[in-house]
Amino acid sequence: MRAEVLVIGAGPAGIAAATAAAENGCKVIVLDDNVTAGGQIWRGATVDSANTQDVAKQRAMERLQRSGAQVLNGRSVFSADASGTVQTLQETASGNVVEQFHFEKLVLATGARERFLPFPGWTLPGVFGAGGLQALVKGGYSVAGKKIVVAGTGPLLLAVATHLAEDGAVISSVLEQATLAQLAPFAASLWTHPAKLVQGARFRVKLWKTPYRAGCWVIEAIAGSGQTLASVRVTDGTRTWTEPCDLLACGYHLVPNTEIAAFLGCAFRESFVQVDSAQRTSLPNVFCAGEPAGIAGLEAALVQGEIAGLACAGRSHASLQRRSAAERAFGDRMEKAFALRAELRSLPRPDTIVCRCEDVPFARLQGHQGWTDAKLQTRCGMGPCQGRICGPAIEQLLGWRPVSIRQPLFPVPLQAFCFPDASENNTTELIKEKA
Amino acid sequence: MPKLLSILINNVTCQVAPGTTVAAAMLLAQQPSRISVDGDPRVALCGMGICFECRAVVNGTSHRRTCQMLCEDNMTVETNS
Ligand SMILES: Cc1cc2nc3c(=O)[nH]c(=O)nc-3n(C[C@H](O)[C@H](O)[C@H](O)COP(=O)(O)OP(=O)(O)OC[C@H]3O[C@@H](n4cnc5c(N)ncnc54)[C@H](O)[C@@H]3O)c2cc1C
Ligand code: FES
Repeated sequence: MRAEVLVIGAGPAGIAAATAAAENGCKVIVLDDNVTAGGQIWRGATVDSANTQDVAKQRAMERLQRSGAQVLNGRSVFSADASGTVQTLQETASGNVVEQFHFEKLVLATGARERFLPFPGWTLPGVFGAGGLQALVKGGYSVAGKKIVVAGTGPLLLAVATHLAEDGAVISSVLEQATLAQLAPFAASLWTHPAKLVQGARFRVKLWKTPYRAGCWVIEAIAGSGQTLASVRVTDGTRTWTEPCDLLACGYHLVPNTEIAAFLGCAFRESFVQVDSAQRTSLPNVFCAGEPAGIAGLEAALVQGEIAGLACAGRSHASLQRRSAAERAFGDRMEKAFALRAELRSLPRPDTIVCRCEDVPFARLQGHQGWTDAKLQTRCGMGPCQGRICGPAIEQLLGWRPVSIRQPLFPVPLQAFCFPDASENNTTELIKEKA
Repeated sequence: MPKLLSILINNVTCQVAPGTTVAAAMLLAQQPSRISVDGDPRVALCGMGICFECRAVVNGTSHRRTCQMLCEDNMTVETNS
């Protein structure tokens, strides 16, 4: 399929970009790997739940629909090249489907994932990502009556705890590794962002009985009878105690999804894709909006998406620049507030698994010079997640930056690469691999 | 109340609401999605298609990311070993 503007990611940034470009006359296709559009914050509950429909989301979705942009869900982009081709894999119950899309302009709105840091017991059933557990609940997992510790760092912890409480969970505590002193300037600065304060007020109402402990973190998840979670060991740096729980939701803020930008050869600014005021990357026909350009939350994603969409359509975006700069500044303050403490680097024991795909323990990584060496010797980062989970963890633990990011983004059945150019609708039904 | 879907998880019949992801159904049934290289049970971690801890055998095909897949009536799901 061919699109004048192809958008990867149907989160707030991608939705805003697609809407702005389509409203200004472009033929737009949006690709997203989830079952429904919305990205992380607007992830649709696929099963009825206590969570009320988000008005902002509803409005954005209706406007997207009216704009004429075409949204294709369930498609994971696994490769891309700057000459204008993107390939996707669709995993259905009956098999895999590979499709190819061609673009004139591309908007990368791939959002972020959670950062995970290994600690003893983090591979036990019952330990989830914070946003991860929230997503699973939206997909129909019930946490009603379950006792949950929410831990890690970042504003996401409160959002997740609120959501889980609304779904009937008992949140025994929210543990934020950042100190109060670190958080105070950030909290004070929220007065300039009324929307964020309203959200904060909702959290407080839902969690008024739940202790929010700053400067505390989980050092171990402990199994009960059977191989599932029974309690967590928690510390504030001087004291250590045990909190019994059914589930632990633990995530250390966010890591941008920048792999596709790397495939294309876009320039980076530290961990983020470098963009100009039009959200244009170092490649003239590739734009980037939302979390991959800097972790700054919903409003930043929306305004950057709109700017990118307008820029694709050749329209002015001057009136949006002030808002965009304010949101970027908010992101910078957030990054400082939730900076990771050094103690988190010494959580893994020698036998703690770091690479979950290949079960590589921490001890086997120590002594290697860097990624290339460790990959060859231990297979760390060579499993199906392609280092997207252990990579950011190892960057914290050992300071290794990822070396080269190779296509495909995740394992794709071999047949996907024998693409029949002449095929009618550019679709290949792949033969089922046997279990 | 919409009609529940019937799926088979590790040979046990389970009823789930339409819209339930396969990963959520496996958690509800308390079944691991996969057995790790060293033989440990694992369940979904990220819930968003990144970590591959939720991969299971769905309708005979192994290594399917179940957090990105909705249950269908009469689906068979097994722990990926
Ligand atoms: C798990 C999680 C939960 C979160 N929950 C909240 C919350 O409750 N409240 C809050 O304020 N903030 C939350 N956030 C922060 C949130 O990321 C931002 O507030 C906001 O959603 C960013 O919008 P975005 O459009 O940049 O990215 P996202 O919303 O992340 O959207 C990016 C989209 O691109 C898709 N995508 C990525 N790579 C590919 C690919 N290769 N192929 C196809 N599609 C792809 C993703 O699946 C996603 O749908 C959460 C973040 C995460 C990671
Ligand atoms: S839970 Fe991480 S990929 Fe499904």
